[in-house]
Formats: sequence, C-alpha cells, structure tokens
Amino acid sequence: MSERFPGWRELPKGAVSPKSSIEYKTGDWGVEKPGIDLGRCTQCTLCHFFCPEGAITISEDGHPEVGMDYCKGCGVCAEECPVKCIEMVRKR
Amino acid sequence: MKNQILMGLNGDEAVAYATKQVNPDVVAAYPITPQTIIVERFSEYVADGEVDTEFVAVESEHSALSSCIGAAAAGARAFTATAANGLALMWEMTYIASGMRLPIVMAIANRALSGPINIPTDHSDSMGARDSGWIQIYCENSQEVYDASLAAWRIGEHLDVQLPVMVCLDGFTLSHTMENVYTLPDEKVRDFVSERKFIKVEGHMGETELRLNPECPLTMGPLDLQDYYFEHKLQQIDAMKQALKAIPEIDAEYAKISGRSYDFLHPYRMEDTEVAILGLGSTMGTVRYVVDQLREEGVKAGLVKMRVFRPFPVEELIKTVGNVPVLGVLDKAASFGAPGGPLYEEVKTTFYDQPEKPMVVDYIYGLGGRDTSPQMIRGIYENLMGVLERGSVSDRVCFVGVRQ
Repeated sequence: MSERFPGWRELPKGAVSPKSSIEYKTGDWGVEKPGIDLGRCTQCTLCHFFCPEGAITISEDGHPEVGMDYCKGCGVCAEECPVKCIEMVRKR
Repeated sequence: MKNQILMGLNGDEAVAYATKQVNPDVVAAYPITPQTIIVERFSEYVADGEVDTEFVAVESEHSALSSCIGAAAAGARAFTATAANGLALMWEMTYIASGMRLPIVMAIANRALSGPINIPTDHSDSMGARDSGWIQIYCENSQEVYDASLAAWRIGEHLDVQLPVMVCLDGFTLSHTMENVYTLPDEKVRDFVSERKFIKVEGHMGETELRLNPECPLTMGPLDLQDYYFEHKLQQIDAMKQALKAIPEIDAEYAKISGRSYDFLHPYRMEDTEVAILGLGSTMGTVRYVVDQLREEGVKAGLVKMRVFRPFPVEELIKTVGNVPVLGVLDKAASFGAPGGPLYEEVKTTFYDQPEKPMVVDYIYGLGGRDTSPQMIRGIYENLMGVLERGSVSDRVCFVGVRQ
C-alpha cells in the first residue's frame, strides 16, 4: 500500500472513522478470490445475495461481477453456488 | 462558606444531590449495594420533577453503561453509578466509553469483588478498571464526594481531555455515613458546569462536532484494525497527559466558587517528615488522626493523600514526597501474583529513575471491608520507623489486619 496514513495527531479524535466505508477498501485482505466460470453460470444471482460484503454485483447481461476493491475472499459465494461454477483461487 | 447550605448527607446522597444540581440529560443505572442510594435518591428527584433527566431503568450494569454511551454519543450528559460486580459486568463498555472519548461520569461506591461474596469496601473494583481509560478520583469524605461529583463533568468534558470519569467513594465508610456537607446554590453549580462542550472532528462529510447528528453523520467507533487502532490509543494516552494540565485548571475554578481547593495530592505535615504514608480514599482521614498523635509524641510522621489516581501524577508525586526517606503505601486492593498492590507498583515505578528515592513498603489492608483502626495505622508507622533505623526494607509487601 502506497497510501499515506495519517499520524495520531492528525486523526480525528473519538475513534471517528477517518473515511467512509466506501473509501475503506478491504479488497487487499483476501488470500483467495472467486474465479467464476461464466460458461456454466446459470445467472441465479445467489452469489450476489449471499456475499457478506456486497462485493458481487450483477451486470446488465445477468452475469455476476466481483468488485475486488471489497472482496475479502471469504468463499461464501463458492460455497453457495448451486452449480459450483465458482472456485476460490489463490491470489498472486 | 458564604451562601453555601450545610446539609447532612451520606456519600451516596452527596453524589445524588450534586448530580441533581448538574441536571444531566440521561441517567441509566442498575441498583447494587452500596451504590443503591445514589440511584434511589436520583429517581426520586426524577419522580418529583426536580430534574429534566431521562431516567433509564435498565436490566443490568452492562446495559446501564451502554445506554450512557449511546446517550453521550448523541451529545447528552450521561451519568451512572455502580460498585464491585456491577462494574465488572460493565467491563467491555468501560473501554468503549473511553475509546469513543465520551465524558460520562460514573460514581463507584467501592466494594470488594466476589467471590466469596462480600459487600463492604475495598478498591478491588475500581483498581481492576485502572487501565480502562477512565479518569479516577478517590474521595476521603462526603464533602470531597460532593465536590468531585461536580468537578468531574468539567474535567471529563474539557476540550483537551474528552474522557469518562469515575468518582470513587468507599462503600459504607462514605456511601452510608452521614456527614456535614457544604453545598453550593443551584445557580452556582449551573454556571460552573454550564453546557457540555464538543470538540470538532473531521467526519467523512466534513467538519462537525463529535456527536451523532443526522445532518452531518459520523461513524463512531467502527472497525479499526492494524492501520488505525494504535493511533487512536495514542490519542487516549495523550488525553490523559492533557488531563494532568486540565485538572488543576478546573480545580482552581472550583476553588473560586466553593472556597475548597483540591489537587492531585494532598500532603499533610510533610515538611521535615521521616516516615510517610501514601494512600487513597477514606482511610487517609484515619491516617491524619494518627499523624497528629505521632507528631505530639515527637515522631516526624506525615502523609500524602492521592486524590487523582488516573492520570497518575508522576511529577507531582516526586515533588510532594521530596526527600522523605521512608514511604509506606496503602493498597486496599490485591493484585494476585503481582510484585505488590497497584498503588505500590506505580509509586515504585515513579521513583525508579530518581537519584534520591525513598525506601518503599507496601501495606495491603482492609480487603473485604476489614476494619482499619488508628492502632493499625500506628503499627504501620512503627514498622516504617524500623525500616528507617535499619536503613533497609525487609518485607516489601506486608498484610495489615489479617489473621496469621
């Protein structure tokens, strides 16, 4: 991470979040990421609803898309996918 | 004492009366001996319409402090009171209150922690909470309880401090013992405590007061991991340092309206002292009585009463103890497996780097409300005189008033 983090004197007091959760990117927490085989995807959208981070959105053509700014690689989507077209792959 | 009304109040009533005069927005509390009278009296004030306070009758101490945290976060002045196991049940919330920098005031009617179950006084409850980020004031008598219950708001709400404050009074010895208390007129208290002040913070929607406000929303106390938590803790450490500057300011202001001066430490007959005792709370009244007796007998005895334990007044302690050769520390709490009681450890830490330092002995006493008589205190001074004669400490930690 090249982002400069503020020191304790600059930070707002009161444990106030220094930025909103939209700006607080958590995508770098993950060890794995979902790899979706779109050929086998039935567009059921269950992965979108199960994702605890709201990181999976559905594109206009009906396919799931993973927002890697927020995906923590938990694997819930892969577990819930009824046709098992999501496989968690190790990030490089 | 012009314009002051002399009242007969026990320690709990002194807290309740002072809090009535402050008229906080929210009081949320659960009864526990020996704190119960505080909440009983206060709920009477609410029922009689003498305060504008929203009284929340919660189902536990955890909820009591949680309610205060929510109220204080919304900008309210919030008060609660507890003791012993009630404070233990509040545990996680004590850290959240200080971490979120909410200047809640809480009276602690000090009581021994179970088990075995015990209701009389010792300091095991508040001493256990000494690292929770709260300012701690220990009171010797009901007058000090009344005064601290007013000053606590101003100290905690000081813009450089913004921390919660515990006002500690010994259970029964103070909480249930009626004494003469000089009270200020309501309008003087109102002028002194005034309105709660807020610091400005930079929220994600711009600068705003540190309070929950739908017009300018803030997220308070959210997930704070390896990237920010440490910085926030350093802010709390700094706030305690700032409190060392703020407390004398508030005390001076309070002295002007009340005629009663307070400090971190209150020395007594410490001019040419050879043997001194340092301690907290109501016992120090007994120690003063013994010091007077010993002085009449020609013993160069003195005492230092510590009023503020958090923040710990390191520099003031060094100055006040001066070059006294032997110092006894009274600990009304045990720290199991530790080198000594909590006060003793901090006193020794304070003096470790000093080129000239007293020989220090810890006296753990009064656990579970074991009576502490003048005779016992005299015994401690005799023990300290033995240390002075020998020039060395044989037993670092002694237990006073316990059967062998």
